[in-house]
Amino acid sequence: MEFFVDPGRCIGCQACVQACSECDTHKGHSMIQLDYIDRASSTQTVPVICMHCDSPTCAEVCPADAIKRTGDGVVQTARKPRCIACNNCVIACPFGVPKMNTGMSLMMKCDMCYDRTSVGKKPMCASVCPSQALFFGTREEIERLRPRSRPLNRFQFGHQLITTKVNMMVPEMTPQNRIDVTAAMHESTAPQDGAEDVLLANLKID
Amino acid sequence: MNERDPERLTIAPDGRADTEQPRWRQDFPIDWPQDEYIARRDFTKFMVLTSLAFVVGQFWILAQSLFRRRKQELPWREIAPVDAIAAGGSLVFDYPAAHEPALLVRLDATRFVAYHQKCTHLSCPVIPHVEEGRLHCPCHEGSFDLTTGRPLAGPPRRPLPRILLQIRDGRIYAGGVEERTT
Repeated sequence: MEFFVDPGRCIGCQACVQACSECDTHKGHSMIQLDYIDRASSTQTVPVICMHCDSPTCAEVCPADAIKRTGDGVVQTARKPRCIACNNCVIACPFGVPKMNTGMSLMMKCDMCYDRTSVGKKPMCASVCPSQALFFGTREEIERLRPRSRPLNRFQFGHQLITTKVNMMVPEMTPQNRIDVTAAMHESTAPQDGAEDVLLANLKID
Repeated sequence: MNERDPERLTIAPDGRADTEQPRWRQDFPIDWPQDEYIARRDFTKFMVLTSLAFVVGQFWILAQSLFRRRKQELPWREIAPVDAIAAGGSLVFDYPAAHEPALLVRLDATRFVAYHQKCTHLSCPVIPHVEEGRLHCPCHEGSFDLTTGRPLAGPPRRPLPRILLQIRDGRIYAGGVEERTT
């Protein structure tokens, strides 16, 4: 079972945000953020969940050794006895996932509903998403359901290459084998041919 | 990749093998299984060193108590002539050193008692109430038995240290402090 994010299908209904804050392990605090891509000109939204990197930048920069990764590759919320609320992980994460809960002096982040996924259930957000922009299932399922897309889990931020446990759906004919996020960010100010940015290309096709 | 420990999941940012990584990566692993792993050798080392520390601690306590017993052999020192205090009267004197106030009480014609004046609760000076047969601490309403120094009421739990007395040639001498726990 793997997590697939298909931002092109997101309708901005906030169901995932509400479902996340219903979870008993962090009741009232949503670990998922719904981002607006370009709010002035588009209604397009993207759900931001933890990508669970192979080499988690948040854990690498943690000075208190508080962020840990389970044996099945899920990066957990900072450990309460260790977290010193220094905000290093918040600044370091290229995906902008960790959020500091200043009231509790604790960094809290998406842990892919570890209480649910570790026993074979779907995460809260994936179980409620009406358009299945957040999909949790096997690779065969996603190939059958989305024949025009393919999952990609390699990202480039400048010189940093990141391989993640969570997959991002891109158009099947995309030649790239990684998503260059910083290039995509620059494109909005200096337009290029379009094929460079597969994330936005995906939004146009789907 | 084949010789990698299957429980070592996280790849270092530079992408090099675990053997080429600095030592602190092994000490502070990111992966849960590695973080919670305790080697049998480390556990045994911890147990042996901890029990050794306990044994050393016991010998330290023994040495301390021997040393304390030797130190308590204080010289006899004159306090006052017997006639200086009337029956039911009391006298404050410094013993064994200066600024260590002690209280000498004459219970009747022949019986004298002396205690440290500091209450065993929070070190307030105790006041004798001879007719009631007790020592009273006004700070937290503590009471001690006048004849034994044991606590009767209030917050103090330990008895007052008793000062050993001797009467020779019509004079009262103090010679030693008896610290008690019960």
